Amino acid sequence: MEDKNLQSGTNLAASPTANWEPRIVAFLCNWCSYAGADLAGVSRFQYPPNIRIIRVPCSGRVSANMILDALKAGADGVLVSGCHPGDCHYISGNLHARRRFGLLKNFLEFLGIEPGRINFSWVSASEGEQFSEVVKKVTGRVKALGPTRRLVKEIRID
Amino acid sequence: MSDTNAKITEEIRAKARELLSSGEIAAFLGFTSGSLPMTTRPFVAKRPGDADKLIWNSFCVMNLANYLPALLESLEPPRGPKDPPPAGPLPKVGVVATGCCSRNIVVQMQERQVDRSRLVILGVSSRGMVDRKKVMAAAEGREPLKVEEGGHTLKVSGRDYELEIDRWSAVRDNCLTCAHNNPVISDYLIGPVSNRDVKDRFAQIEAIEAMPANARWKWFTDEIASCIRCYACRNACPLCYCPTCFVDDSRPQWVGKSTEPADTALFHILRAFHCAGRCTDCGACESACPMGIKMRLFTRKLSKDAFNLFGAEAGLDPQAQPPLATYRPDDPEEFLIVEEKK
Repeated sequence: MEDKNLQSGTNLAASPTANWEPRIVAFLCNWCSYAGADLAGVSRFQYPPNIRIIRVPCSGRVSANMILDALKAGADGVLVSGCHPGDCHYISGNLHARRRFGLLKNFLEFLGIEPGRINFSWVSASEGEQFSEVVKKVTGRVKALGPTRRLVKEIRID
Repeated sequence: MSDTNAKITEEIRAKARELLSSGEIAAFLGFTSGSLPMTTRPFVAKRPGDADKLIWNSFCVMNLANYLPALLESLEPPRGPKDPPPAGPLPKVGVVATGCCSRNIVVQMQERQVDRSRLVILGVSSRGMVDRKKVMAAAEGREPLKVEEGGHTLKVSGRDYELEIDRWSAVRDNCLTCAHNNPVISDYLIGPVSNRDVKDRFAQIEAIEAMPANARWKWFTDEIASCIRCYACRNACPLCYCPTCFVDDSRPQWVGKSTEPADTALFHILRAFHCAGRCTDCGACESACPMGIKMRLFTRKLSKDAFNLFGAEAGLDPQAQPPLATYRPDDPEEFLIVEEKK
């Protein structure tokens, strides 16, 4: 799979062709959203196959570095999902993260990054159907935006 | 040199001499004159005689808080990594602090980088520091060889020209919108207290926010296009004290070493983001930049959001938590995707 190349310095930005499909990196917290995604699968809720899931211990683990690194490597979109407020396995990881994400999202939009590129949501372990809805919504947003260009590191071999 | 500056310089020297000779402090951190007109250097006086080298003028643009943690540590008796901290009080440091510098000291206190009991702070109200680059622009490319400060004017003279400009027209952008000219903490206050007031502190940011997204992206990329990645902005910043900066990380390498546009953009985004809710808008980054990049606007946007969303302003209360190290149950979350249970 190409996904394992989703690392610094590897440009995966797709060319805008007719059958272009976005690649979306999803950071899911181990305790809620990852289990929610699992439930969506077990319950056979359909969702677009555009997301590449990275399991993290907590949404509070996701730093701006990781989100930007995904964009730099050519991800067309990023989704970060964690437990609902009050449900965090580590008590307040998601609440700390919420402040960071709010600032980061505003800041990237301020600099001209399209609003739909980075997305955040809360999905609990019992919300399989909601997870599939979130993924549908995010994929729709990113598809509407088209392939990512900004912040992508282009490696030119001249 | 204007009268006020001469008076403040005299008072700083007298106080530093007094504190050093009484043995209350082991070192005094202030400014001394630089080698070019309109420049100053941070300066550590360790003997009473050195105090005469201290100066105060409108070109003290660097933030002295940046040097405090390392200076304090250098005065501690040498010890191994596993040795217990020495018993008894540690040597103290005196420091000159304007509004922003004192706020940075408060931020460092919140983040346990400095110990207030080891500081003697000489508070000075800032009249707004002068931007060298603005004076250079007013001189239209002619080299200024001497710049004299009057009450409200700057007399610039060079080989075959002389120029008088309004001081306020050359004041740094961050000083123009500064709401905290007076030191928030100090042991001694020196010079007149400022009562300058600003109305639209975030006007510069609002102007950019009003632009369409593509124009903002163009503004951002144009602004950082000339960046040579010297990291002078990071080195001048009193908030940047991590032993290993994210730009130096190689596994994973968050930011490439090249001046490739994406790497430069990522550097500026992450540098600004690390200052979110902590930046006091001291302008040291912009003053240090050799390319004239206005990276202050990035940190300013984050300060604006931290203020509007969380009601947090950096460096006002030593007891307060930095806004990103805490939370409230009712923090805004309109940006989140919410799917209702069916």
